[in-house]
Amino acid sequence: MNRISNCSRREFCKTGALLGGGLVLGFYLPEKLAGAAAEGPFIPNAFIRIKRDETVTIIINKSEMGQGVYTALPMLVAEELEADWQKIRIEAAPVDPAYNHTQWGIQGTGGSTSVRTSWEQLSRAGAAARIMLEKAAAAIWQEDAGSCRAEKGFVVHRDGSRRLSFGELAEKAAQLEVPQQVALKQPGDCKVLGTPQKRLDTPDKTNGKAIYGIDVMLPGLLTAVVARPPVFGGTVKGFDDSWARKVPGVKAVVQIDRGVAVVADHFPAAERGRRALKIGWDLGALARLDSNVQLQQYRQMAEKPGTVAAKRGDFAAALAGAARKIEADYHFPYLAHAPMEPLNCVADVRPDRCEIWVGTQLQTIDRDKAAAITGLPPEKVILHTTFLGCGFGRRAVADSHFVSEAVQIAKAMKAPVKVIWTREDDIRGGYYRPAACSVFAAGLGADGLPVALRQRIVCQSIVKGTPFEGGLLKNGIDETAVEGAADSPYEITDFLVEYHEAPAGVPVLWWRSVGHSHTAFAKECFIDELAHAARQDPYAYRRKLLANHPRQLGVLDLAARKAGWGQPGTAGAFHGIAVHESFGSHVAQVAEVSVTKKGSIKVHRVVCAVDCGRLVNPDTIEAQMESAIVFGLSAALHGQITFKGGRVQQSNFDNYRILGMDEMPQVEVYLVKSDEPPGGIGEPGVPPLAPAVANAFFAASGLRLRTLPMTPEAIKAAIRMV
Amino acid sequence: MISLNINNKNYQVEVEEDVPLLWVIREYVRLTGTKFGCGIGECGSCTVHLDGEATPSCQITAKEAEGRKITTIEGLGDDHPVQLAWIEAEVPQCGYCQSGQIMQAAALLAANPHPGDDDIDHAMRGNSCRCGTYQRIRRAIHQAAEKSGQGGKS
Ligand code: FES
Ligand code: FES
Repeated sequence: MNRISNCSRREFCKTGALLGGGLVLGFYLPEKLAGAAAEGPFIPNAFIRIKRDETVTIIINKSEMGQGVYTALPMLVAEELEADWQKIRIEAAPVDPAYNHTQWGIQGTGGSTSVRTSWEQLSRAGAAARIMLEKAAAAIWQEDAGSCRAEKGFVVHRDGSRRLSFGELAEKAAQLEVPQQVALKQPGDCKVLGTPQKRLDTPDKTNGKAIYGIDVMLPGLLTAVVARPPVFGGTVKGFDDSWARKVPGVKAVVQIDRGVAVVADHFPAAERGRRALKIGWDLGALARLDSNVQLQQYRQMAEKPGTVAAKRGDFAAALAGAARKIEADYHFPYLAHAPMEPLNCVADVRPDRCEIWVGTQLQTIDRDKAAAITGLPPEKVILHTTFLGCGFGRRAVADSHFVSEAVQIAKAMKAPVKVIWTREDDIRGGYYRPAACSVFAAGLGADGLPVALRQRIVCQSIVKGTPFEGGLLKNGIDETAVEGAADSPYEITDFLVEYHEAPAGVPVLWWRSVGHSHTAFAKECFIDELAHAARQDPYAYRRKLLANHPRQLGVLDLAARKAGWGQPGTAGAFHGIAVHESFGSHVAQVAEVSVTKKGSIKVHRVVCAVDCGRLVNPDTIEAQMESAIVFGLSAALHGQITFKGGRVQQSNFDNYRILGMDEMPQVEVYLVKSDEPPGGIGEPGVPPLAPAVANAFFAASGLRLRTLPMTPEAIKAAIRMV
Repeated sequence: MISLNINNKNYQVEVEEDVPLLWVIREYVRLTGTKFGCGIGECGSCTVHLDGEATPSCQITAKEAEGRKITTIEGLGDDHPVQLAWIEAEVPQCGYCQSGQIMQAAALLAANPHPGDDDIDHAMRGNSCRCGTYQRIRRAIHQAAEKSGQGGKS
């Protein structure tokens, strides 16, 4: 049974079949269907469609990239609708204001916001539909609506003698007014929410049927690869494509804004054509960029006061009076998202319309970009959201570059074109988690607790010059650079966080957990340093500083208890702990670590406690924590993008390693029961992982690693420093 | 012209001999369940069976695959014990790597119906999952082993 139609129409990718007449996709266009209501389907709002055949289709305006929205969002609707979960189908939404993010004003997925910001909207949509179905039954039976109640896909009468299915009621319900006021269930009355539900997209993801952007096939589809500048900011001076054009299968060579595209019948020919291109590049200002030099620059910038991002009391005075002073600086490399599915986009540009198939996180922005390139009005640009083979933020780009490339090439070719990025294109393609530096100075009081703390953060701005600037750049401070630091919950009376914006150039972007990916490491390792300096247990030390933060304490205690904090770890391993709040959720992790004979870090076990408020699908929350731990560990142990001579030194998974099965620790996830408002789950598991591991490594070795990643070379360097 | 036997069907494909099998499967035969992840044999997303053996299809040419029995995820069907175990354990997240994971696991279980954790680590080590589903993959392989009546050990 297929319960999902995004692009997964069978005929669409059938073996070798010649496809005629384009695609028929199960997309729902609100304005078209509004007029069709009388013919049967019951469409109370943009999110629900109930047909006579009993199918309940829920239209999803978020992108499924593994985080489980194609199941969690339908659960929100189904709970209030009282639908039969077995009858639920889902469809990817088209681009339409009806599907805008409730806070962003555009359609998009990110910031671990989907459940949080859709909860009320979708619950209300479900409740309104249920009320209409109940009223429809009441009208048919000529009974009072109060005596009719929906349950599991039927409306039943109180006396138990009559019932009508949602399908049978659809036509009647479609004629009723949509109620404006609806009451939502109390948490205790929920049957679906908070109970593990099977993901709706699992079957298609085990048999090869799920369609990702890269799988989209169209009649006459051409494949393109793009030669982009070897240095960020470089431009094409000139090129010779005479050899490239001779490669069998190559159809054309097209210059676009970001480079030179080779268009061919198939990917291998396009690749070969690209290798045969001779391009003269103007390398631009970053031709000498060197990561080692940049690290020194960042360190120097931090010598001076920056823009104040958070301030309490008088840091300088408190430091002067402190019994003991401690300083430390932390360094973070650029990181690539490396989504498993390399970036790609299919575009078909016709004189009167443009169609796009893409796994994107920012539909409206991408559509508008395509409209600008083609000169078509936005409503003539149809964007189909496919499954995403990972997102992590990489598919949420304000400049729509991977969509823009495809649209430009398709426009030039007057034929449908799929642009595929190779893994090398991806690793060297920029839009990284920015490199960063955090420099601390702190003073301890006689009791060993911090009385003064200053943190200076040096980091490029992600949002400057993008449409997100208005919301996230305030008084010269990019919130994504200081989040997790400026709002640190540790109670330190004289506290100061300053920000230096590092020079722009290398394209940077949100990378799963964004600023928290470095600020949590700095905050949680440095607090560990202070605890050790004060000769106190780092868990107990944190507890003292978080006394007024019950949710932080809750996860901290739970993780410590489940991990057996204070007792020896399994197989002689050592414990490290970290706790962090991000995206509305609190996560604590304890890592169990040993050092191998070869001098590398082995993580045996990670115990994770999470308080993300009200739960939707507990199994998905667990899965997201497991996922975040692996993602965090890949970066902590292996992840770095470095530059030499302006060029990225990494290229593929052989030198930009991601964690493998043989490095996978045992992960245990514990959920705190909570009636707090829902928090995010896609990102909050990432930030505490790396500091928990580094703190455990310190416990094991007495060595403090302040530069990521924690490779054997970094460990050797730390030993030399001692 | 190259003739390939994929999922028990014969295909005549007009393609240059040194084109990687992966792209023939995806773009010429249009079986898109087999995925491209790295192109250098590092991620396992492109894993297929060649005469029953799990092989990264980006690392062999169309010519080399001639005359051999090629099985892709589509050829495994919908109810192979490994697929059922994957559904039971809710393994996939984004799902992109999972065709390769499942093909690798199916080959492992065919060769070793009683894999321990070390056997699993060894066999699955070349199959990357950026979503980090490893723990569930391990669980699902043990489940599949148990379901097949052989009983897994960990
Ligand atoms: S694509 Fe073949 S191993 Fe990665
Ligand atoms: S499930 Fe997403 S890469 Fe494995």
